Amino acid sequence: MTYIQLSYGDLALPALLVVMDGLFSLVLRLKLERQLAIATVRMVVQLVLVGYVLTFLFAAVSPLWTALAAFIMVLFASREIVARQKRRLTGVWKYGLGAACTLLAAGTVTMFALLTELRPDPWYHPRYALPLLGMILGNTMTGIGLGLDVLTNSVVRERAAVEACLALGGTRYQALLPVIRDALRSGFMPIMNSMAAIGLVSLPGMMTGQILAGVEPVDAVKYQLLIMFLIAGGTGLGTLAAVLGGARLLTDDRHRLRLDRFSGEKSV
Amino acid sequence: MLTVSGLKRLHLSVSFDLRDGECVALQGPSGVGKTLLLRSIADLDPSEGTVKLDEALREAMPAPAWRKRVIYLAAEPGWWSDTVQEHFTNWDDALPLVERLGLPADCGPWPIQRLSTGERQRLGLVRALMLRSRVLLLDEPTSALDSASAAAVEALIAERIANGTSVIWSTHDNAQARRVGSRIFLMGPHGGIEEKRP
Repeated sequence: MTYIQLSYGDLALPALLVVMDGLFSLVLRLKLERQLAIATVRMVVQLVLVGYVLTFLFAAVSPLWTALAAFIMVLFASREIVARQKRRLTGVWKYGLGAACTLLAAGTVTMFALLTELRPDPWYHPRYALPLLGMILGNTMTGIGLGLDVLTNSVVRERAAVEACLALGGTRYQALLPVIRDALRSGFMPIMNSMAAIGLVSLPGMMTGQILAGVEPVDAVKYQLLIMFLIAGGTGLGTLAAVLGGARLLTDDRHRLRLDRFSGEKSV
Repeated sequence: MLTVSGLKRLHLSVSFDLRDGECVALQGPSGVGKTLLLRSIADLDPSEGTVKLDEALREAMPAPAWRKRVIYLAAEPGWWSDTVQEHFTNWDDALPLVERLGLPADCGPWPIQRLSTGERQRLGLVRALMLRSRVLLLDEPTSALDSASAAAVEALIAERIANGTSVIWSTHDNAQARRVGSRIFLMGPHGGIEEKRP
């Protein structure tokens, strides 16, 4: 495998393109230059840091450090899920539900791939485990976030329908089934769209990355297919767990709808 | 017999008995907690106190089983499917009641959106009556109906009462309260009820 190495100096010229964007903003008074500068600095700092962190992790090949890095990634993912919710749960479940479901889904699928297909030595080698987890996490997070958002909004909008079913002796799952179906559909939509468009509209980042690094395109495609299957599985598992878990948290063991469990909403 | 003792929910604090085949009218200004009381009895909202049907505690049975015996009917009933008949386990069995309340017999495949508020209210009532519950908690069941339809509803419920169903009927219409109720519960702003003879 051969690839063209870059030095930090090689990045100066491309970085001028961002400066050009900043000039546009100044000239056209878009007032974006401040935000643009902060975003650029954040990007540089975060990526360089990650580069060093990964270098350290790859040298250490320690199960403990790898697990810690994976745990931090899951924490950021669950924060991202909560940030996308219009209505949030109260208490530990506010972050807990998203974190537990991403961990369950992305963790299971990543382990599955490491133990059955890729089989690196040792199996937890961060060079394989962390990029894999990262890609699965990102997509699972989107599915879970969307699914939960649709669930919570529909429960509030369809409150009369849900309670009508409950009042007629329906169980909480019977009453919430239409809402659960909607939420699951929304959660699955992005991954299905990206599977349909991949290769035609978009060339996935990992595959292009491997090609730039000198891997044969057909081999890169195989890797990408593996990742897509894993992502589809992880999104399915995670969204299902999150939506069912959310439905359970919004009802109680006496099969009542408990909209008072949203933070900031008075009990009704 | 439905026994409610020391039922507490927010500001509510209520005790009463409801015999089989008895109808009580529930009255009081808007916002005083009539809906809250009916929902609490049906266990749709968490509440304290004991509620029993023939000495059987509601907590002794699963909540869905309790709500099949003690049905709460909202003033604006909700709909979870697209067409009318999808909300009934057996639409053909419901047809006699549907027609009795002045609704067209062919309204089964109609989309819910097409129904007027009054049609929804009557269909919601039919849907609840189909379960033949022991107790009916009716929350302003004729609020969107003209007087002829309201009379049809009153006659239908009267038949059920004669057959032993117990009813709590919340209404703002004083004349209706005197017509349907053998007793009247007047709810005050402090969450208690005061009994009046009609």
